[in-house]
Amino acid sequence: MATDLATPPAKAARKARKRRADKVPLGTALLRYRWLYLMLLPGLAYFVIFKYLPMYGVTIAFQDFLPFLGYSGSPWVGLKHFEALFTGGDFGRLLFNTLFLALLHVVFVFPAPIVVALLLNELRLNILKRSIQSLIYIPHFLSWTIVASLTYVLFAADFGVLSGWIREFLNDTAKIDYMAQEEWFRPLIILQQLWKMTGWGTIIYLAALAGVDPNLYEAARMDGAGRFRQLWHVTLPAIRPTVVVMAILASGNLLDTGFEQIWLMTTSLNRDVANVFDTYVFYAGIQNASYSYSTAVGLFKGVAGVILIFGSNWLAKRLGQRGLF
Amino acid sequence: MTTMTETKPKPLAVNNNSSPGSRVFDALNVIVLVGLALITVLPLLYVLAASFAGEPEIVSRPFFLWPEKIVTESYEYIFATPTFVRSLLTTVFVTAVGMVVQVLLTFTMAYPLAKRYLPGRTLVLNLVIFTMVFSGGMIPTYLVVRDLGLLDSYWALILPLAINPFYLIIVKSFFQELPQALEEAARIDGCNEMGVFFRIVLPLSKPIIATFSLFYAVAIWNDYMSPLLYVNDPNKWTLQILVRQLTNTDAAAALAQMDRTWIPPEQGLKFAVIVIATLPILLFYPFLQKHFAKGVLIGGVKE
Repeated sequence: MATDLATPPAKAARKARKRRADKVPLGTALLRYRWLYLMLLPGLAYFVIFKYLPMYGVTIAFQDFLPFLGYSGSPWVGLKHFEALFTGGDFGRLLFNTLFLALLHVVFVFPAPIVVALLLNELRLNILKRSIQSLIYIPHFLSWTIVASLTYVLFAADFGVLSGWIREFLNDTAKIDYMAQEEWFRPLIILQQLWKMTGWGTIIYLAALAGVDPNLYEAARMDGAGRFRQLWHVTLPAIRPTVVVMAILASGNLLDTGFEQIWLMTTSLNRDVANVFDTYVFYAGIQNASYSYSTAVGLFKGVAGVILIFGSNWLAKRLGQRGLF
Repeated sequence: MTTMTETKPKPLAVNNNSSPGSRVFDALNVIVLVGLALITVLPLLYVLAASFAGEPEIVSRPFFLWPEKIVTESYEYIFATPTFVRSLLTTVFVTAVGMVVQVLLTFTMAYPLAKRYLPGRTLVLNLVIFTMVFSGGMIPTYLVVRDLGLLDSYWALILPLAINPFYLIIVKSFFQELPQALEEAARIDGCNEMGVFFRIVLPLSKPIIATFSLFYAVAIWNDYMSPLLYVNDPNKWTLQILVRQLTNTDAAAALAQMDRTWIPPEQGLKFAVIVIATLPILLFYPFLQKHFAKGVLIGGVKE
């Protein structure tokens, strides 16, 4: 720092030289790095075609898109479809269903891996710890189709194991098809998420816990801290940054209820509580072919997600935490 | 004074860890965690057992991990049904081809992005990162796939998901940490960048190639949304679609697509098809588990 201040001309000269070295004329760069650019090309083409063309395609949310007129030929209609969404009868229901599921997720599913990671961290027997980890990671690799099918066979009205137990427990003889009950939809969704995501979610917290300096525990013990005190004063502060990052990421996905899971659990009988933005876009866009309207719905959701992720990042920084970016 | 502070904490620490409260907590902790592991595994074991059980046993016995009488009727029925066999072969084929395409695209793109001196690298990286925050969404992507004429094509199950940006960034970081000396030596010997990549870099990356091959394979194998969106032809159903059709409240419609000369074991069929769709994943699971934690930690967080 001091030497830099002492010799500003030398520093400026070095900087200028570096800048000149960086700024190779485009033609020269293309020629010199032609193989590297060639290797970049297929991947770049993928991102342009399957990511950026659809982003351009979002413009149809402001049109009355007709496939035979194309993106440029279809008439512009401004915010018509957004007005239709916000004033239409479905919006309130969709927003409520989506936010209700998001709230349940935040309350039950988000903290679960943190709790399990803390419990695993307290296990003394390393073999037991590793075996339990191996088992609880499995559901992450199973598809939502499999999870939904498991739910179906376990909760089936006539032969389901769990429905039988519930019947015995409640001393009830009525055979209920839980997959078709409105009041069972949200509990089942949250149970599925807990089953599928909790184990896998612990990995990132366990890594943070493994990074804690053992001397801190030693010091806490010297000061007379019991296990709970050590948890409170050493462990929890150590994983706080990880929790913050995960919370920011989760907030970006707040309106992302997960299309596959919800779609697979929707039946004609629970549609009132099951319909969320993701599945609504599918019904409106693919099944009813209202391309412009469904794109507008999707765009609303996407923009809200971006705002949420930047907003929570800003909030985390304001609260003195290290943000995501 | 110094001896006091040095000797005092030790017995205290031992006391802390073996106090009755602490031991009760340890016991409870083991019970809770073992319970959690059981909740994870028991449903899968039950499904496996039930897939080998007869119809009456499935309906009458509440829960079992071993069938009274081993019956393979469900599997026999499934493997004699053209719809099922076709969907199994389709899924295996799409998974294998997709995995190769995706790994190749991801690794060839990650290599130039790892070269800090490459002009334009930051721009491309930012383009990639932006797609992690915002996407055009389901319908515009569907329209692009349709305009490319990929509807009802197996490529629609592969290409739209060809590069996972999280994996791309992880592989890029991996390449950045490879020792540059070997690459330099190859360059001096007259290798061009393509040669360096295929002859030096890829052989050094075998473990990470294996890891991401498995990740991509699992993703395609498990994909339900792409076939739902892009494939209408029942002859091109993937396994996940078939599982869905059979384990649904209106499975009758799907059964109509199957062999009608043979009365299917209605419930056993559901269990068997779940087992077949799950088994490959569980077989590869030990290999997945070896590497995945690293992958999660470097890059990212969500699939």
